[in-house]
Amino acid sequence: MSGNDDIAHIEEELPLQDLPLDTWHRARGARMVGFAGYHMPIQYEGIMAEHGWVREHAGLFDVSHMGQLTFSGDGVDEALEYLLPSDIKGLKPFRQRYSMLLDEEGGILDDLMVSRLGAGAFDGADIYMVVNGATKYDDIGWMIEHLPDEVVMNHMDEQALLALQGPEAGEALASLIPETGDLVFMQSGLFTWRGVPLWISRSGYTGEDGFEISVPADSAALLADALCTLPQVKPIGLGARDSLRLEAGLPLYGHDLTPAVSTIGADLGFAIQKRRREEGGFIGHARVMKELADGPGSKRVGLKIEGRLPVREGAPIFADGIRVGEVTSGGFAPTVGAPIAMGWVSLPHSAIDTALEIEVRGKRVAATVAPMPFVPHRYRRKA
Amino acid sequence: MSRYFTDEHEWIDVEGEIATVGITDYAQEQLGDIVFVELPAEGTTFEKGDDAAVVESVKAASDVYAPISGEVVETNGALEDEPALVNSDAEEDGWFFKLRVTDASELEGLMNEAAYKKFVASL
Repeated sequence: MSGNDDIAHIEEELPLQDLPLDTWHRARGARMVGFAGYHMPIQYEGIMAEHGWVREHAGLFDVSHMGQLTFSGDGVDEALEYLLPSDIKGLKPFRQRYSMLLDEEGGILDDLMVSRLGAGAFDGADIYMVVNGATKYDDIGWMIEHLPDEVVMNHMDEQALLALQGPEAGEALASLIPETGDLVFMQSGLFTWRGVPLWISRSGYTGEDGFEISVPADSAALLADALCTLPQVKPIGLGARDSLRLEAGLPLYGHDLTPAVSTIGADLGFAIQKRRREEGGFIGHARVMKELADGPGSKRVGLKIEGRLPVREGAPIFADGIRVGEVTSGGFAPTVGAPIAMGWVSLPHSAIDTALEIEVRGKRVAATVAPMPFVPHRYRRKA
Repeated sequence: MSRYFTDEHEWIDVEGEIATVGITDYAQEQLGDIVFVELPAEGTTFEKGDDAAVVESVKAASDVYAPISGEVVETNGALEDEPALVNSDAEEDGWFFKLRVTDASELEGLMNEAAYKKFVASL
């Protein structure tokens, strides 16, 4: 056993931590579970009801387990362009991009959101990044290793992160902070609410319009209360967050994305802008270029499942009796009204409408490669 | 008719040699929204503790064990169209299957309603 394994083992044994809204969730009847090292609400009234509420109204999610980082210093753009395959130099103030950390082989270490700050937010830092909760300490270690000394990275563990998602999220947030009404998808801004500075971006991970709000931990409960007092807003657990993002065709790190898979295979090539592809200069570039030229070995696809039996993560996928892939996320999709899944299949079996079979408890269930999203995105884009 | 409970959160109604089996209201509450129930084929025989059915909630699949040995004589076809019956009426209309009991003595170790309530309260 290597030293790294020992560390991983010790981390698993650590007791779960409480997030700033722990008491708030429990007071609202949340069922708490261990997730990414924290006690987190899996559901309040039930996943189906919460899922439906977000598709029709607005839901408040606590995503404070995620890592919020800032970067500043000379050469920060160049340094981040070495770590990330996305265009950072061309990222304007108050704009946000989806990106990822790749390893030397082009495997995905994490997926993330990166924004250029403005208006002096977060002590005048240059760049703001949100990474996954379960991977944040590994990400931080990886980035420290690869950033020059001039670039300062700050992990803001005193900030909570709330997501407000749903077709009524815009009117709900505007009733507290009217200026947020001007934001469009992937745009951010610094706002003040009752004297509290809030960094708000119009983004999220449900496929609906909505916001992610970075708030100082000691004001998080006050803001969550103010939002949930609004008639449009209810608190929503992790269970519905998972079913919503699956319907939206959005991959979940640690499941649909891992170090074993590549950006192009994951159909996330949009995160690597033309200049970056051509110029390279980022970790993992060779794999990206090779797969753009030759195609990836396997692809992340959507799967429509026949019948009512859900297929789950780990279920093997077959074509003509031969194993060609594996389900990486699956479950019942409340808005679709049927089971759906995401999985990885070898390239020849990844075209839309390819007929496949998925094994569940020794039985074969018919499935078809389907376009994603399963439920159309309803982001608020520029008119 | 007597009703028995197991520590796996199943209930069993016994009438003559026929036992009706379902999961308790506590169990459905823990599982959350149920979207599919996989029932055994009629004629299947189980030993006590065998995997007998699978309950799929939005999030996960859970096994239901045969609480006693017997042969499946009937399954609840209503669950095919309306698995949510298990959520709305777990201990009556949401029953899973009926067994012809092969060894009634297996019922002796099971809980009655009062004992089960106490058991749940202790969890």
